[in-house]
Amino acid sequence: MRTLYDKIWEAHLVRQKEGEPALLYIDLHLIHEVTSPQAFEGLRINSRKLRRPELTFATVDHAIPTIGRDLPFNDPIAWKQVETLRQNCRDFGVRLYDMDRKEQGIVHVFGPEQGLTQPGFTVVCGDSHTSTHGAFGALAFGIGTSEVEHVFATQTLPQTKAKNLLINVKGELPFGVTAKDLILAIINKIGTSGGTGYVIEYAGDAIKGLSMEGRMTVCNMTIEGGARAGLIAPDETTFTYLKGRKFAPEGDGWEKAVEYWRTLPTDKGAAFDRTVEIDASSLAPFVTWGTSPEMSAMITDRVPDAPPPGRDPHSFSKALEYMGLEPSQPIQQIAIDRAFIGSCTNSRIEDLREAASVAKGHKVAGSVSAMVVPGSMKIKEQAEAEGLAEIFTNAGFEWRDAGCSMCLAMNEDVLSEGERCASTSNRNFEGRQGRGGRTHLVSPSMAAAAAIAGHFVDVRNWEFRN
Amino acid sequence: MRPFDRHTGKAVAIDLANIDTDQIIPKQFLKRIERTGYGQFLFNDWRFNSDGSIQEDFPLNDPAYSEASILITGANFGCGSSREHAPWSILDHGFRAVIAPSFADIFHNNSLKNGLLPITLPDDVVDRLIDSSKQPGGLEISIDLEEQSVKGKDVDEKFEISAFAKFSLLNGLDDIGLTLQHEVDIERFERNSVSLYRFSTF
Ligand code: SF4
Repeated sequence: MRTLYDKIWEAHLVRQKEGEPALLYIDLHLIHEVTSPQAFEGLRINSRKLRRPELTFATVDHAIPTIGRDLPFNDPIAWKQVETLRQNCRDFGVRLYDMDRKEQGIVHVFGPEQGLTQPGFTVVCGDSHTSTHGAFGALAFGIGTSEVEHVFATQTLPQTKAKNLLINVKGELPFGVTAKDLILAIINKIGTSGGTGYVIEYAGDAIKGLSMEGRMTVCNMTIEGGARAGLIAPDETTFTYLKGRKFAPEGDGWEKAVEYWRTLPTDKGAAFDRTVEIDASSLAPFVTWGTSPEMSAMITDRVPDAPPPGRDPHSFSKALEYMGLEPSQPIQQIAIDRAFIGSCTNSRIEDLREAASVAKGHKVAGSVSAMVVPGSMKIKEQAEAEGLAEIFTNAGFEWRDAGCSMCLAMNEDVLSEGERCASTSNRNFEGRQGRGGRTHLVSPSMAAAAAIAGHFVDVRNWEFRN
Repeated sequence: MRPFDRHTGKAVAIDLANIDTDQIIPKQFLKRIERTGYGQFLFNDWRFNSDGSIQEDFPLNDPAYSEASILITGANFGCGSSREHAPWSILDHGFRAVIAPSFADIFHNNSLKNGLLPITLPDDVVDRLIDSSKQPGGLEISIDLEEQSVKGKDVDEKFEISAFAKFSLLNGLDDIGLTLQHEVDIERFERNSVSLYRFSTF
């Protein structure tokens, strides 16, 4: 009896020898401009080639501007990084989805959207949020640049098997409580190193009930709980999402694929090294108040007045000081200056629909500047066709081109010192969105509501205008 | 990769848990396309104020630790992004080892691949090391990878490391070269196994 993780692991074993890490075959390698140049350079120095260029796909997302794309970059170093990627892709025969392509987008939005991410695959990328692709029942994890080079040259990676952690989410998510709130609640419970050394499988009724977008949101933030990969068993929802996508199997291949995919879910009675239970029906919208994703509270709660048991006291007081918050301050009294709806966590069409349903007929508060950055140019096009873009711009949100943008603020989308932001991204680390910037992680609907109210509010009581 | 066998040096402590890679090397320095030269940006936002002046009370700015080559920190060091720029910057600044109660997985991997030795020791031992490093005169530590030992005033500890990582570090071996020795296995896998789970070509 094997888990989903065990099955994918075993199907990809190229070589295994006692006392050495196993060698795993890699089915899909996604790359972007920031963590690849040194890996290509390493290949050149050693006169090596890409073993399987056709399994490698590149896009640009991290450092590119999300506005004024037709103009030269204001940032010459970022420009050089993009130019370097172009040159490398030409030299080594890698397909690049550049800024002029309608498929361009954040690497973890782009892959699934094109049907590249498939159940049972191994997927890697030089980016820790590669865990996103686990939503399809693929073993997907982030790697460093040396490992990127290793995959380039060998299409394999030496890996040590992790332990199996089951997170079983029973019940149903109440109205207004989203996949984002669920994953924030999970991280709050297990802590940011709770998953270290494990691969997490998310299961239970609440997970089965999620759309692919919601599942990607959950798996995306797996790394914030310390686990490199999170998995969800493929099912009808997965197959329906994949069918007809550009790189998905077709015809006879499709039938065979589905047949195989149905064998992947964890066998009944398979053992996990550890199990965590969560009751979805007890959750409310979450807001982070600190500088680590585990530092969060429900919207109806307050900033804690002491570090939660077992958590580092220095980090607690340092976080409150950095965030400019008082112990016991009600979350709903925290006023914001900026709102950011985007990132590989929450920039897919469903996220934008959710935010737009809140924004419709309202106006962003005068004290707030807010922006929406779709995850891919394809999503941008779809959101425009569905009228979502118009809802956002009428409400006073800026509507941008696809990219990582203020998730890590490598381009010009940056918080200034002391600015406070409601953000749908995944990391609230010190300085993540700009030096001295203060990030509160929330769901898309909570970010939209905060932008309009000027402070955090409980979206479950929102006045929806249709 | 630079081999690691033995190292003796001064220790400096940053007594915080969950130090993330955004702190180790802030993103504005990730736009370079080289592997070198990141040491000057290590812990940039903690070492320097926003006007570029020096933050006096940050341990790395204390002249007493200017020679330090061993970093001691709280648990879950290196969490967050997969940027290998994190170990590059720590090495380039002159560190050869990091001691902590635990490390984030990706950072741990990236360090081993670059000859930076991540040493996991129990909480109470790390606390003791941190205290000693803050005493006048500081703390000198000797690390012996072959023996898997950490020694210094009042400390004599063994640490765990996988046999494979140890062998690679001791010999400064490049993983890619090792894997390419198994090219027949990779070819065999591509011929026989991929079609069992893959149903579309890209
Ligand atoms: S959106 Fe943020 S987290 Fe996602 S890939 Fe880009 S920078 Fe990384």
